[in-house]
Amino acid sequence: MERVTVDRVTKYYGDKLVLDDVSLAIQEHEVVCLIGASGSGKSTLLRCITDLVDFDAGRISLDGVSIFDNSFGRNGLHKRIGIVFQAYNLFPHMKVLDNITLAPRKVHGVAKAESEQKAGELLRLFGLEGYADSYPEQLSGGQQQRVAVVRALATNPEVLLLDEVTAALDPELIGEVLKIIKDLKDQGMTMLIVTHEMGFARDVGDRVCFLEGGRILEEAPPNQLFSAPEHPRTRQFLQRIIEAGRL
Amino acid sequence: MSSQRPAPAAPPAGRTLSAKEKYLPSIISVGSVLVVVLVVRQAVVSAEQWPRIKAQFFSLDAMIEVFPKVLQGFGINMTVWAIALVVIALWALILAIFRSLTGPWFAPLRVFTVVYIDLLRGLPSLLMVLLFGFGIPALQIPGLPRSSLFWGATAMVLTYSAYAAEVYRSGMEAVHDGQRAAAKALGLSQWQTLRYSIVPQAIRNVIPSLLNLAVALQKDVALLSVIGVRDAVREAQIYTARTFNYSPLIAAAVLFLAATIPMARLTDYVARKDRERRLQRTA
Repeated sequence: MERVTVDRVTKYYGDKLVLDDVSLAIQEHEVVCLIGASGSGKSTLLRCITDLVDFDAGRISLDGVSIFDNSFGRNGLHKRIGIVFQAYNLFPHMKVLDNITLAPRKVHGVAKAESEQKAGELLRLFGLEGYADSYPEQLSGGQQQRVAVVRALATNPEVLLLDEVTAALDPELIGEVLKIIKDLKDQGMTMLIVTHEMGFARDVGDRVCFLEGGRILEEAPPNQLFSAPEHPRTRQFLQRIIEAGRL
Repeated sequence: MSSQRPAPAAPPAGRTLSAKEKYLPSIISVGSVLVVVLVVRQAVVSAEQWPRIKAQFFSLDAMIEVFPKVLQGFGINMTVWAIALVVIALWALILAIFRSLTGPWFAPLRVFTVVYIDLLRGLPSLLMVLLFGFGIPALQIPGLPRSSLFWGATAMVLTYSAYAAEVYRSGMEAVHDGQRAAAKALGLSQWQTLRYSIVPQAIRNVIPSLLNLAVALQKDVALLSVIGVRDAVREAQIYTARTFNYSPLIAAAVLFLAATIPMARLTDYVARKDRERRLQRTA
Protein backbone atom coordinates (compact mmCIF):
# COMPACT_ATOMS: atom_id res chain seq x y z
CA MET A 1 0.00 0.00 0.00
CA GLU A 2 1.34 3.43 -0.90
CA ARG A 3 1.59 5.66 2.16
CA VAL A 4 3.26 8.76 0.76
CA THR A 5 2.95 9.65 -2.91
CA VAL A 6 4.90 12.49 -4.46
CA ASP A 7 3.51 13.15 -7.89
CA ARG A 8 5.38 15.39 -10.36
CA VAL A 9 6.31 18.01 -7.77
CA THR A 10 8.12 21.14 -8.91
CA LYS A 11 9.44 23.84 -6.64
CA TYR A 12 11.34 27.07 -7.17
CA TYR A 13 13.15 29.20 -4.61
CA GLY A 14 12.85 32.52 -6.42
CA ASP A 15 14.27 31.79 -9.89
CA LYS A 16 16.12 28.71 -8.77
CA LEU A 17 14.58 25.37 -9.66
CA VAL A 18 15.09 23.07 -6.64
CA LEU A 19 12.63 20.25 -7.38
CA ASP A 20 12.12 19.37 -11.04
CA ASP A 21 9.10 17.18 -11.68
CA VAL A 22 9.89 14.75 -8.85
CA SER A 23 7.78 11.62 -8.41
CA LEU A 24 8.27 9.13 -5.60
CA ALA A 25 6.11 6.60 -3.78
CA ILE A 26 6.80 5.12 -0.35
CA GLN A 27 5.08 1.88 0.57
CA GLU A 28 3.89 0.91 4.02
CA HIS A 29 6.84 -0.24 6.20
CA GLU A 30 9.27 0.77 3.52
CA VAL A 31 12.49 2.68 4.18
CA VAL A 32 13.57 4.92 1.31
CA CYS A 33 16.91 6.73 1.41
CA LEU A 34 17.63 9.89 -0.56
CA ILE A 35 21.25 10.51 -1.47
CA GLY A 36 22.91 13.18 -3.55
CA ALA A 37 25.15 16.22 -3.31
CA SER A 38 24.23 19.24 -1.19
CA GLY A 39 21.70 21.41 -2.98
CA SER A 40 20.24 18.54 -4.97
CA GLY A 41 16.81 19.11 -3.39
CA LYS A 42 16.71 16.24 -0.87
CA SER A 43 15.87 18.34 2.19
CA THR A 44 13.45 20.50 0.25
CA LEU A 45 11.52 17.39 -0.74
CA LEU A 46 11.11 16.43 2.93
CA ARG A 47 10.01 19.94 3.77
CA CYS A 48 7.40 19.85 1.02
CA ILE A 49 6.00 16.55 2.29
CA THR A 50 5.51 17.98 5.82
CA ASP A 51 4.05 21.24 4.46
CA LEU A 52 6.90 23.31 5.90
CA VAL A 53 7.38 24.93 2.49
CA ASP A 54 5.01 25.36 -0.44
CA PHE A 55 5.65 23.85 -3.84
CA ASP A 56 4.72 25.27 -7.22
CA ALA A 57 3.27 22.32 -9.08
CA GLY A 58 2.33 18.69 -8.54
CA ARG A 59 0.66 16.84 -5.75
CA ILE A 60 1.76 15.18 -2.52
CA SER A 61 -0.61 12.79 -0.81
CA LEU A 62 -0.78 10.61 2.27
CA ASP A 63 -2.79 7.41 1.79
CA GLY A 64 -4.07 8.86 -1.46
CA VAL A 65 -5.38 12.09 0.12
CA SER A 66 -3.70 15.38 -0.79
CA ILE A 67 -1.77 16.83 2.18
CA PHE A 68 -3.76 20.05 1.71
CA ASP A 69 -7.09 18.26 2.03
CA ASN A 70 -9.44 19.68 4.64
CA SER A 71 -10.04 16.22 6.08
CA PHE A 72 -6.64 16.47 7.80
CA GLY A 73 -7.90 19.36 9.90
CA ARG A 74 -5.45 21.88 11.24
CA ASN A 75 -2.97 19.42 12.76
CA GLY A 76 -3.85 16.05 11.29
CA LEU A 77 -0.99 15.95 8.81
CA HIS A 78 1.65 16.83 11.40
CA LYS A 79 0.30 14.20 13.73
CA ARG A 80 0.69 11.51 11.08
CA ILE A 81 4.01 12.57 9.53
CA GLY A 82 6.91 13.32 11.88
CA ILE A 83 10.19 14.97 10.89
CA VAL A 84 13.60 15.15 12.56
CA PHE A 85 16.06 17.88 11.57
CA GLN A 86 19.81 17.96 11.10
CA ALA A 87 20.22 20.61 13.83
CA TYR A 88 17.79 18.81 16.22
CA ASN A 89 15.82 22.09 16.68
CA LEU A 90 14.92 21.20 20.24
CA PHE A 91 13.41 24.02 22.29
CA PRO A 92 16.44 25.14 24.34
CA HIS A 93 14.43 26.75 27.14
CA MET A 94 12.39 23.60 27.85
CA LYS A 95 13.36 20.45 29.67
CA VAL A 96 13.63 17.26 27.62
CA LEU A 97 10.30 16.03 29.01
CA ASP A 98 8.52 19.27 28.07
CA ASN A 99 10.06 19.20 24.60
CA ILE A 100 8.51 15.78 24.09
CA THR A 101 5.10 16.38 25.66
CA LEU A 102 4.47 19.86 24.20
CA ALA A 103 2.81 18.71 20.98
CA PRO A 104 0.79 15.83 22.49
CA ARG A 105 -0.58 18.12 25.20
CA LYS A 106 -1.04 21.45 23.47
CA VAL A 107 -1.84 20.27 19.95
CA HIS A 108 -3.53 16.92 20.44
CA GLY A 109 -5.11 17.40 23.85
CA VAL A 110 -3.49 14.44 25.59
CA ALA A 111 -3.60 14.70 29.40
CA LYS A 112 -0.37 15.76 31.12
CA ALA A 113 0.05 12.54 33.14
CA GLU A 114 -0.62 10.34 30.13
CA SER A 115 1.75 12.22 27.83
CA GLU A 116 4.49 12.17 30.46
CA GLN A 117 4.09 8.45 31.00
CA LYS A 118 4.37 7.84 27.27
CA ALA A 119 7.39 10.16 27.05
CA GLY A 120 9.02 8.24 29.91
CA GLU A 121 8.51 4.96 28.06
CA LEU A 122 9.99 6.35 24.85
CA LEU A 123 12.99 7.82 26.69
CA ARG A 124 13.64 4.43 28.27
CA LEU A 125 13.30 2.71 24.92
CA PHE A 126 15.93 5.01 23.39
CA GLY A 127 18.37 4.79 26.28
CA LEU A 128 17.66 8.26 27.60
CA GLU A 129 16.37 7.25 31.01
CA GLY A 130 17.19 9.87 33.63
CA TYR A 131 17.42 12.79 31.20
CA ALA A 132 13.78 13.88 31.38
CA ASP A 133 14.58 16.87 33.59
CA SER A 134 17.73 17.95 31.74
CA TYR A 135 17.87 20.87 29.36
CA PRO A 136 18.94 20.10 25.77
CA GLU A 137 22.25 21.96 26.08
CA GLN A 138 23.27 19.67 28.96
CA LEU A 139 23.14 16.68 26.58
CA SER A 140 25.63 15.49 23.97
CA GLY A 141 24.77 15.96 20.30
CA GLY A 142 23.85 12.28 19.92
CA GLN A 143 21.58 12.43 22.95
CA GLN A 144 19.93 15.61 21.68
CA GLN A 145 19.27 14.02 18.33
CA ARG A 146 17.76 10.97 20.03
CA VAL A 147 15.52 13.30 22.05
CA ALA A 148 14.49 14.92 18.76
CA VAL A 149 13.55 11.48 17.40
CA VAL A 150 11.56 10.75 20.56
CA ARG A 151 9.82 14.12 20.23
CA ALA A 152 8.82 13.29 16.67
CA LEU A 153 7.56 9.85 17.75
CA ALA A 154 5.54 11.16 20.70
CA THR A 155 2.47 11.74 18.57
CA ASN A 156 2.61 8.22 17.06
CA PRO A 157 3.28 9.29 13.47
CA GLU A 158 2.76 6.72 10.73
CA VAL A 159 5.60 8.08 8.61
CA LEU A 160 8.91 9.49 9.84
CA LEU A 161 11.11 11.79 7.77
CA LEU A 162 14.76 12.14 8.77
CA ASP A 163 16.74 15.07 7.38
CA GLU A 164 20.49 14.38 7.59
CA VAL A 165 20.06 13.55 11.26
CA THR A 166 23.71 12.56 11.76
CA ALA A 167 25.35 15.33 9.72
CA ALA A 168 25.91 17.61 12.74
CA LEU A 169 27.24 14.87 15.02
CA ASP A 170 30.76 13.96 16.05
CA PRO A 171 31.78 10.71 14.31
CA GLU A 172 31.72 8.65 17.51
CA LEU A 173 28.14 9.75 18.25
CA ILE A 174 26.72 8.84 14.84
CA GLY A 175 26.41 5.15 15.68
CA GLU A 176 23.97 5.59 18.55
CA VAL A 177 21.58 7.57 16.36
CA LEU A 178 21.85 5.17 13.41
CA LYS A 179 21.11 2.29 15.77
CA ILE A 180 17.77 3.70 16.87
CA ILE A 181 16.82 4.28 13.24
CA LYS A 182 17.53 0.61 12.55
CA ASP A 183 15.40 -0.29 15.56
CA LEU A 184 12.59 1.80 14.13
CA LYS A 185 12.90 -0.02 10.81
CA ASP A 186 12.70 -3.35 12.62
CA GLN A 187 9.49 -2.17 14.27
CA GLY A 188 8.04 -1.50 10.82
CA MET A 189 8.19 2.31 10.73
CA THR A 190 7.74 3.82 7.29
CA MET A 191 10.63 6.20 6.74
CA LEU A 192 12.09 8.58 4.20
CA ILE A 193 15.71 9.27 5.07
CA VAL A 194 18.01 11.94 3.66
CA THR A 195 21.55 10.88 4.46
CA HIS A 196 25.21 11.26 3.60
CA GLU A 197 26.05 7.98 5.33
CA MET A 198 26.23 5.67 2.32
CA GLY A 199 27.00 2.58 4.38
CA PHE A 200 23.93 3.26 6.44
CA ALA A 201 21.76 3.86 3.38
CA ARG A 202 22.92 0.55 1.97
CA ASP A 203 22.25 -1.16 5.28
CA VAL A 204 18.84 0.22 6.20
CA GLY A 205 17.27 1.30 2.91
CA ASP A 206 14.83 -0.86 0.98
CA ARG A 207 15.30 1.53 -1.87
CA VAL A 208 17.81 4.28 -2.55
CA CYS A 209 17.15 7.33 -4.74
CA PHE A 210 19.95 9.43 -6.18
CA LEU A 211 18.98 13.08 -6.63
CA GLU A 212 20.74 15.68 -8.70
CA GLY A 213 19.62 19.12 -9.78
CA GLY A 214 16.18 18.55 -8.26
CA ARG A 215 15.56 15.32 -10.19
CA ILE A 216 15.61 11.69 -9.15
CA LEU A 217 18.19 10.36 -11.60
CA GLU A 218 18.25 6.80 -10.39
CA GLU A 219 16.16 4.70 -8.05
CA ALA A 220 17.04 1.11 -7.11
CA PRO A 221 17.50 -1.34 -4.25
CA PRO A 222 20.72 -0.42 -2.39
CA ASN A 223 22.80 -3.39 -3.55
CA GLN A 224 22.06 -2.63 -7.17
CA LEU A 225 22.51 1.14 -6.88
CA PHE A 226 25.76 0.97 -4.94
CA SER A 227 27.38 -1.90 -6.85
CA ALA A 228 26.03 -1.40 -10.36
CA PRO A 229 24.75 2.15 -10.79
CA GLU A 230 23.26 2.69 -14.22
CA HIS A 231 23.38 6.44 -14.58
CA PRO A 232 26.84 7.93 -15.25
CA ARG A 233 26.17 10.77 -12.78
CA THR A 234 25.38 8.26 -10.05
CA ARG A 235 28.62 6.44 -10.81
CA GLN A 236 30.53 9.72 -10.66
CA PHE A 237 28.91 10.69 -7.33
CA LEU A 238 29.64 7.30 -5.78
CA GLN A 239 33.19 7.39 -7.11
CA ARG A 240 33.78 10.70 -5.30
CA ILE A 241 32.30 9.26 -2.11
CA ILE A 242 34.59 6.25 -2.34
CA GLU A 243 37.61 8.48 -2.98
CA ALA A 244 36.69 10.47 0.12
CA GLY A 245 36.70 7.23 2.08
CA ARG A 246 33.05 7.46 3.01
CA LEU A 247 31.89 4.12 1.59
CA MET B 1 66.09 7.63 53.19
CA SER B 2 64.60 10.92 52.33
CA SER B 3 67.74 12.67 53.48
CA GLN B 4 69.66 10.94 50.68
CA ARG B 5 67.47 12.31 47.99
CA PRO B 6 68.43 15.54 46.31
CA ALA B 7 66.27 18.47 47.29
CA PRO B 8 63.34 19.03 44.91
CA ALA B 9 64.14 21.47 42.17
CA ALA B 10 63.14 25.04 42.85
CA PRO B 11 60.20 26.31 40.80
CA PRO B 12 61.41 27.82 37.54
CA ALA B 13 62.71 31.31 38.06
CA GLY B 14 60.58 34.20 36.87
CA ARG B 15 57.28 32.45 37.65
CA THR B 16 56.93 33.91 41.15
CA LEU B 17 56.19 37.58 41.65
CA SER B 18 58.04 39.55 44.25
CA ALA B 19 56.02 41.62 46.69
CA LYS B 20 57.00 44.68 44.71
CA GLU B 21 55.75 43.25 41.41
CA LYS B 22 52.54 42.10 43.09
CA TYR B 23 51.47 45.29 44.82
CA LEU B 24 53.19 48.10 43.01
CA PRO B 25 50.58 48.45 40.20
CA SER B 26 47.74 48.77 42.72
CA ILE B 27 49.67 51.26 44.82
CA ILE B 28 50.43 53.37 41.76
CA SER B 29 46.77 53.31 40.68
CA VAL B 30 45.40 54.34 44.04
CA GLY B 31 48.14 56.90 44.64
CA SER B 32 47.79 58.59 41.26
CA VAL B 33 44.01 58.85 41.59
CA LEU B 34 44.39 60.33 45.08
CA VAL B 35 46.91 62.90 43.87
CA VAL B 36 44.68 64.01 41.00
CA VAL B 37 41.64 64.29 43.28
CA LEU B 38 43.57 66.32 45.83
CA VAL B 39 45.00 68.66 43.20
CA VAL B 40 41.60 69.27 41.60
CA ARG B 41 40.02 69.79 44.99
CA GLN B 42 42.70 72.28 45.96
CA ALA B 43 42.23 74.16 42.69
CA VAL B 44 38.47 74.32 43.16
CA VAL B 45 38.52 75.28 46.82
CA SER B 46 41.18 77.93 46.40
CA ALA B 47 39.35 79.54 43.47
CA GLU B 48 38.08 83.05 44.11
CA GLN B 49 34.47 82.13 43.29
CA TRP B 50 34.39 78.96 45.41
CA PRO B 51 32.61 80.41 48.47
CA ARG B 52 29.85 81.71 46.22
CA ILE B 53 29.54 78.39 44.37
CA LYS B 54 29.49 76.51 47.65
CA ALA B 55 26.71 78.68 49.06
CA GLN B 56 24.62 78.44 45.88
CA PHE B 57 25.00 74.74 45.11
CA PHE B 58 26.23 72.95 48.19
CA SER B 59 24.48 74.69 51.06
CA LEU B 60 23.92 71.93 53.59
CA ASP B 61 21.30 74.00 55.41
CA ALA B 62 19.22 74.44 52.27
CA MET B 63 19.52 70.75 51.47
CA ILE B 64 18.45 69.69 54.93
CA GLU B 65 15.54 72.09 54.96
CA VAL B 66 14.10 70.86 51.68
CA PHE B 67 15.18 67.25 51.85
CA PRO B 68 11.91 65.75 53.24
CA LYS B 69 9.93 67.28 50.39
CA VAL B 70 12.45 66.31 47.72
CA LEU B 71 12.50 62.77 49.09
CA GLN B 72 8.74 62.64 49.03
CA GLY B 73 8.80 63.86 45.43
CA PHE B 74 11.42 61.26 44.60
CA GLY B 75 9.00 58.67 45.94
CA ILE B 76 6.57 59.77 43.23
CA ASN B 77 9.34 59.45 40.61
CA MET B 78 10.17 55.92 41.65
CA THR B 79 6.51 54.84 41.99
CA VAL B 80 5.75 56.10 38.48
CA TRP B 81 8.92 54.39 37.28
CA ALA B 82 8.03 51.02 38.81
CA ILE B 83 4.45 51.00 37.55
CA ALA B 84 5.48 52.25 34.11
CA LEU B 85 8.09 49.48 33.83
CA VAL B 86 5.47 46.78 34.27
CA VAL B 87 3.02 48.38 31.85
CA ILE B 88 5.75 49.01 29.25
CA ALA B 89 7.03 45.43 29.50
CA LEU B 90 3.54 44.09 28.72
CA TRP B 91 2.35 46.64 26.16
CA ALA B 92 5.60 46.54 24.20
CA LEU B 93 5.44 42.75 24.06
CA ILE B 94 1.91 42.95 22.69
CA LEU B 95 3.08 45.46 20.05
CA ALA B 96 5.99 43.22 19.07
CA ILE B 97 3.67 40.23 18.72
CA PHE B 98 1.20 42.26 16.63
CA ARG B 99 4.04 43.19 14.34
CA SER B 100 5.28 39.62 13.96
CA LEU B 101 1.92 38.11 12.99
CA THR B 102 1.72 36.84 9.43
CA GLY B 103 -1.38 36.44 7.31
CA PRO B 104 -3.62 38.96 5.54
CA TRP B 105 -6.16 39.19 8.38
CA PHE B 106 -3.55 40.61 10.70
CA ALA B 107 -2.55 43.40 8.28
CA PRO B 108 -4.46 46.10 10.27
CA LEU B 109 -2.57 45.16 13.45
CA ARG B 110 0.75 45.20 11.61
CA VAL B 111 0.05 48.60 10.05
CA PHE B 112 -1.10 49.99 13.41
CA THR B 113 2.11 48.83 15.08
CA VAL B 114 4.40 50.18 12.38
CA VAL B 115 2.70 53.59 12.47
CA TYR B 116 2.63 53.62 16.27
CA ILE B 117 6.34 52.85 16.56
CA ASP B 118 7.31 55.36 13.86
CA LEU B 119 5.30 58.14 15.50
CA LEU B 120 6.34 57.58 19.09
CA ARG B 121 9.99 57.00 18.38
CA GLY B 122 9.98 60.14 16.25
CA LEU B 123 8.48 62.51 18.82
CA PRO B 124 10.38 64.13 21.73
CA SER B 125 9.27 62.63 25.06
CA LEU B 126 8.94 66.15 26.44
CA LEU B 127 6.43 67.06 23.73
CA MET B 128 4.38 63.94 24.48
CA VAL B 129 4.39 64.67 28.22
CA LEU B 130 3.22 68.25 27.62
CA LEU B 131 0.60 67.17 25.11
CA PHE B 132 -0.87 64.46 27.32
CA GLY B 133 -0.25 66.02 30.74
CA PHE B 134 -1.80 69.41 29.92
CA GLY B 135 -3.86 68.60 26.83
CA ILE B 136 -6.01 65.67 27.87
CA PRO B 137 -7.05 66.99 31.32
CA ALA B 138 -7.98 70.28 29.60
CA LEU B 139 -10.53 68.45 27.45
CA GLN B 140 -12.49 67.60 30.61
CA ILE B 141 -13.96 64.50 29.03
CA PRO B 142 -16.29 62.85 31.54
CA GLY B 143 -15.14 59.42 32.65
CA LEU B 144 -11.46 60.04 31.93
CA PRO B 145 -9.00 60.77 34.73
CA ARG B 146 -8.03 64.47 34.96
CA SER B 147 -4.77 63.98 36.77
CA SER B 148 -1.73 65.43 34.99
CA LEU B 149 0.37 62.81 36.73
CA PHE B 150 -1.71 60.01 35.19
CA TRP B 151 -1.58 61.42 31.66
CA GLY B 152 2.06 62.43 31.88
CA ALA B 153 2.96 58.91 33.00
CA THR B 154 0.81 57.52 30.18
CA ALA B 155 2.80 59.60 27.69
CA MET B 156 6.03 58.14 29.07
CA VAL B 157 4.64 54.60 28.85
CA LEU B 158 3.49 55.08 25.25
CA THR B 159 6.84 56.53 24.19
CA TYR B 160 9.03 53.97 25.89
CA SER B 161 6.83 51.10 24.69
CA ALA B 162 7.74 52.00 21.11
CA TYR B 163 11.43 51.50 21.90
CA ALA B 164 10.83 48.39 23.99
CA ALA B 165 8.68 46.88 21.20
CA GLU B 166 11.61 47.21 18.80
CA VAL B 167 13.86 45.56 21.35
CA TYR B 168 11.45 42.63 21.69
CA ARG B 169 11.19 42.40 17.92
CA SER B 170 14.94 42.12 17.52
CA GLY B 171 14.88 39.39 20.17
CA MET B 172 12.19 37.48 18.31
CA GLU B 173 14.04 37.77 15.02
CA ALA B 174 17.17 36.45 16.70
CA VAL B 175 15.45 33.16 17.51
CA HIS B 176 16.69 30.60 15.01
CA ASP B 177 14.41 29.73 12.06
CA GLY B 178 14.70 26.06 12.96
CA GLN B 179 12.56 26.74 16.01
CA ARG B 180 9.67 27.83 13.84
CA ALA B 181 10.14 24.85 11.53
CA ALA B 182 10.18 22.46 14.49
CA ALA B 183 7.09 24.05 16.01
CA LYS B 184 5.20 23.90 12.72
CA ALA B 185 6.27 20.32 12.09
CA LEU B 186 4.85 19.41 15.51
CA GLY B 187 1.53 20.97 14.51
CA LEU B 188 1.73 24.08 16.71
CA SER B 189 -0.36 27.00 15.48
CA GLN B 190 1.17 30.40 14.83
CA TRP B 191 -0.02 31.57 18.24
CA GLN B 192 1.26 28.46 20.04
CA THR B 193 4.62 28.80 18.29
CA LEU B 194 4.93 32.33 19.65
CA ARG B 195 3.63 31.41 23.07
CA TYR B 196 5.74 28.31 23.71
CA SER B 197 8.83 28.75 21.56
CA ILE B 198 9.60 32.20 20.18
CA VAL B 199 8.52 34.62 22.92
CA PRO B 200 10.12 32.83 25.91
CA GLN B 201 13.44 32.67 24.04
CA ALA B 202 13.10 36.26 22.82
CA ILE B 203 12.49 37.59 26.34
CA ARG B 204 15.61 35.84 27.54
CA ASN B 205 17.56 37.37 24.65
CA VAL B 206 16.48 40.95 25.34
CA ILE B 207 16.52 41.28 29.13
CA PRO B 208 19.85 43.18 29.15
CA SER B 209 18.60 45.64 26.51
CA LEU B 210 15.30 46.11 28.35
CA LEU B 211 17.19 46.87 31.56
CA ASN B 212 19.12 49.58 29.70
CA LEU B 213 15.79 51.16 28.76
CA ALA B 214 14.69 50.87 32.39
CA VAL B 215 17.73 52.91 33.50
CA ALA B 216 16.97 55.58 30.90
CA LEU B 217 13.35 55.74 32.07
CA GLN B 218 14.47 56.04 35.68
CA LYS B 219 15.90 59.49 34.87
CA ASP B 220 13.30 60.49 32.31
CA VAL B 221 10.44 60.27 34.82
CA ALA B 222 11.73 63.68 35.96
CA LEU B 223 10.10 65.09 32.81
CA LEU B 224 6.82 64.91 34.72
CA SER B 225 7.98 67.96 36.68
CA VAL B 226 7.21 70.19 33.69
CA ILE B 227 3.48 69.49 33.93
CA GLY B 228 3.30 70.44 37.60
CA VAL B 229 3.71 67.01 39.16
CA ARG B 230 5.42 67.60 42.52
CA ASP B 231 8.24 65.13 42.00
CA ALA B 232 11.78 65.51 43.31
CA VAL B 233 12.83 67.97 40.62
CA ARG B 234 9.69 70.07 40.97
CA GLU B 235 10.01 70.28 44.76
CA ALA B 236 13.62 71.36 44.40
CA GLN B 237 12.66 73.92 41.76
CA ILE B 238 9.97 75.42 43.97
CA TYR B 239 12.53 76.07 46.70
CA THR B 240 15.06 77.35 44.19
CA ALA B 241 12.60 79.81 42.70
CA ARG B 242 11.92 81.22 46.16
CA THR B 243 15.48 81.49 47.46
CA PHE B 244 17.73 81.49 44.37
CA ASN B 245 19.68 78.70 46.01
CA TYR B 246 20.32 75.65 43.83
CA SER B 247 21.38 73.21 46.51
CA PRO B 248 18.02 71.34 46.52
CA LEU B 249 18.59 70.44 42.85
CA ILE B 250 21.91 68.91 43.88
CA ALA B 251 20.07 66.99 46.60
CA ALA B 252 17.62 65.68 43.99
CA ALA B 253 20.56 64.81 41.75
CA VAL B 254 22.13 62.75 44.54
CA LEU B 255 18.86 60.86 45.00
CA PHE B 256 18.65 60.05 41.28
CA LEU B 257 22.26 58.87 41.22
CA ALA B 258 21.61 56.67 44.26
CA ALA B 259 18.92 54.93 42.22
CA THR B 260 20.43 54.88 38.72
CA ILE B 261 23.99 53.80 39.50
CA PRO B 262 23.01 50.53 41.23
CA MET B 263 20.52 49.92 38.43
CA ALA B 264 23.22 50.44 35.80
CA ARG B 265 25.55 48.07 37.68
CA LEU B 266 22.78 45.46 37.80
CA THR B 267 22.31 45.85 34.04
CA ASP B 268 26.02 45.34 33.45
CA TYR B 269 25.97 42.26 35.66
CA VAL B 270 22.97 40.72 33.87
CA ALA B 271 24.48 41.50 30.47
CA ARG B 272 27.75 39.82 31.48
CA LYS B 273 25.90 36.70 32.72
CA ASP B 274 23.94 36.65 29.48
CA ARG B 275 27.11 36.83 27.40
CA GLU B 276 28.65 33.98 29.41
CA ARG B 277 25.53 31.89 28.88
CA ARG B 278 25.69 32.41 25.12
CA LEU B 279 29.40 31.64 24.94
CA GLN B 280 28.81 28.46 26.90
CA ARG B 281 26.10 27.42 24.49
CA THR B 282 28.21 27.89 21.38
CA ALA B 283 31.25 26.23 22.98
